[in-house]
Amino acid sequence: MTRQVDALQAKPAPLGRSRFLSTLNLANIPRRGLILLAVLLALLIAAPAFTSDYLLSILILILYFAYTGQAWNVMMGFAGQLSLGHALYVGIGAYMTAALFIHFGTPPWIGLLVSVPIAMAAGAVIGFLAFRFRVAGTYFAILTIAFAEFARIGFDHWDWVGASSGLFLPVATYTQNDLWHLRGRPIMFYYLILAMTVLAFLLCRWLLGSRLGYFWQAVREDEDAARAVGIATFRTKMAAVVISAGLTSFAGMFYAFYYNNLFGEQVFSIGRSIEIILGPLIGGVGTLFGPVLGAFLLTGLAETLTEILGLIGVDLPGAKQVFYGFCLLLVVMVMPEGVWPWVARKLGLETRQ
Amino acid sequence: MSALLSVAGVSKRFRGLLAVGNVSLDVMERDIFAIIGPNGAGKTTLFNTICGVFRPDGGTIAFAGERIDGHPPDEVCRLGIGRTFQLVRPFPGLSVLDNVIIGALLHHRSVEDARARAEEVLRRLDLFNQRHQRAASLTLPDRKRLEVARALATQPRLLLLDEVMAGLRPTEVDRMVAIMTELNRTSGLTIVLIEHVMRAVMALATRVLVLHHGAVIAQGAPAEVVRDPQVIKSYLGAEEL
Repeated sequence: MTRQVDALQAKPAPLGRSRFLSTLNLANIPRRGLILLAVLLALLIAAPAFTSDYLLSILILILYFAYTGQAWNVMMGFAGQLSLGHALYVGIGAYMTAALFIHFGTPPWIGLLVSVPIAMAAGAVIGFLAFRFRVAGTYFAILTIAFAEFARIGFDHWDWVGASSGLFLPVATYTQNDLWHLRGRPIMFYYLILAMTVLAFLLCRWLLGSRLGYFWQAVREDEDAARAVGIATFRTKMAAVVISAGLTSFAGMFYAFYYNNLFGEQVFSIGRSIEIILGPLIGGVGTLFGPVLGAFLLTGLAETLTEILGLIGVDLPGAKQVFYGFCLLLVVMVMPEGVWPWVARKLGLETRQ
Repeated sequence: MSALLSVAGVSKRFRGLLAVGNVSLDVMERDIFAIIGPNGAGKTTLFNTICGVFRPDGGTIAFAGERIDGHPPDEVCRLGIGRTFQLVRPFPGLSVLDNVIIGALLHHRSVEDARARAEEVLRRLDLFNQRHQRAASLTLPDRKRLEVARALATQPRLLLLDEVMAGLRPTEVDRMVAIMTELNRTSGLTIVLIEHVMRAVMALATRVLVLHHGAVIAQGAPAEVVRDPQVIKSYLGAEEL
């Protein structure tokens, strides 16, 4: 029996390279999946060389949503906890790093040491209240909205962060890119968000295959059954919320330093929270490629639509929102699991999971 | 020898309904202990009280000499009690293998170790060939065995089985009985089962307890219990044995 077990496990490959590969678990991905992935990554890396400024800004937006969607997916897709208030964590990350930079000249990377823990603490408070007092499902989602709304109103009245007149980062015309202070041209922000998206993807992939990732999936699938096999569900769910909040707040830093202005009314609005979750919903909740694919599809198509409408001289306010709604409706009706599982089947990329 | 599981005077009521009233039982190490009784007798409630889903309104429950009444279900499992659900509850969207890996992760920190353990359990329960299927796509008998596999992967000292034979065909019942007997013999696993299928009870049980309206009406060796006039009257009736 032991021999059979051994035969089924991956063949021991030479050390060094293989150890790195095995942490990433690349062995489980079909070869053409790897090739596709490499091509996609190469295209993204090369993109700034042959795109206009406008297209680059769209790509930045797409990657931003791919990143935040991936972060949100940890909570909902992996652990089954629906958050409709992820703008809270983006906002905390954005406001804290920006305010520290403006008031004390703190470089954003140092600011992260403050903003990420605060966002994680906010997630922990929400998680504690919900899971301790058994607020679940829809009610949990409402609780997450409530906290984002508290923050929206609070930040809108907080003078230290500019209250309702907004918080502005000093802007100049940059000829050089200062990565340490995140002052520079769009191309720097493009590579930053690309790196963040790739790292978030790898982190999520590792998390999903980890012990914690298995526990998350157990809780997502059936919480009572998870408890019956000894999983401490409270701790498991807390970990999901805290990790997701921390990851999301990272995007806040990007948001603040890329856009250079923050208004509480906008940053924390429920519309922002919804935008974050549309990508994974359309791409496929709980999958690793879903948030990425969803962001490309949704933002890509919406911007194309805006562009076309602009070209033919039609001014339709809210056309983008209607388009989002239409996409969501279509996906929910035609492929409720999202687009990615379907694409994966078509490409023959289904992993054994 | 002291009992592995000792239930003493346990009661559980839901509002006005006394589901379990003053039930006491002792399960010895390596016993296969069957709890039988008509529908609504309180078998599953008693089970859930042992597993920590319900806190008993009275009485105590001890496992391996330690009080466990009122402990949450995950803690009870970590102490060494595995369970199945009457209405099977595998993790539907996950593969058979992942279902069992999750159970095995209780005592294995590394996913690779848990996988090896899970594969071993799956072989034992004849589910190895279906290991990459989604749990939701399995047939009922397979899902029942998957429940047992997932519970076993947590390496329990005591396994609580809630009607794992229900809905199985006689050949499948025999197969399950053979698996249980083997587990009990080779691993020294103690088993408590709720069962309606008397064929399985008679083949497996070393002791039988009969519950009726939340109270114990008979307890003892299987052959004695089935001849008890009160048991025949309230439960077995005209059922042929």
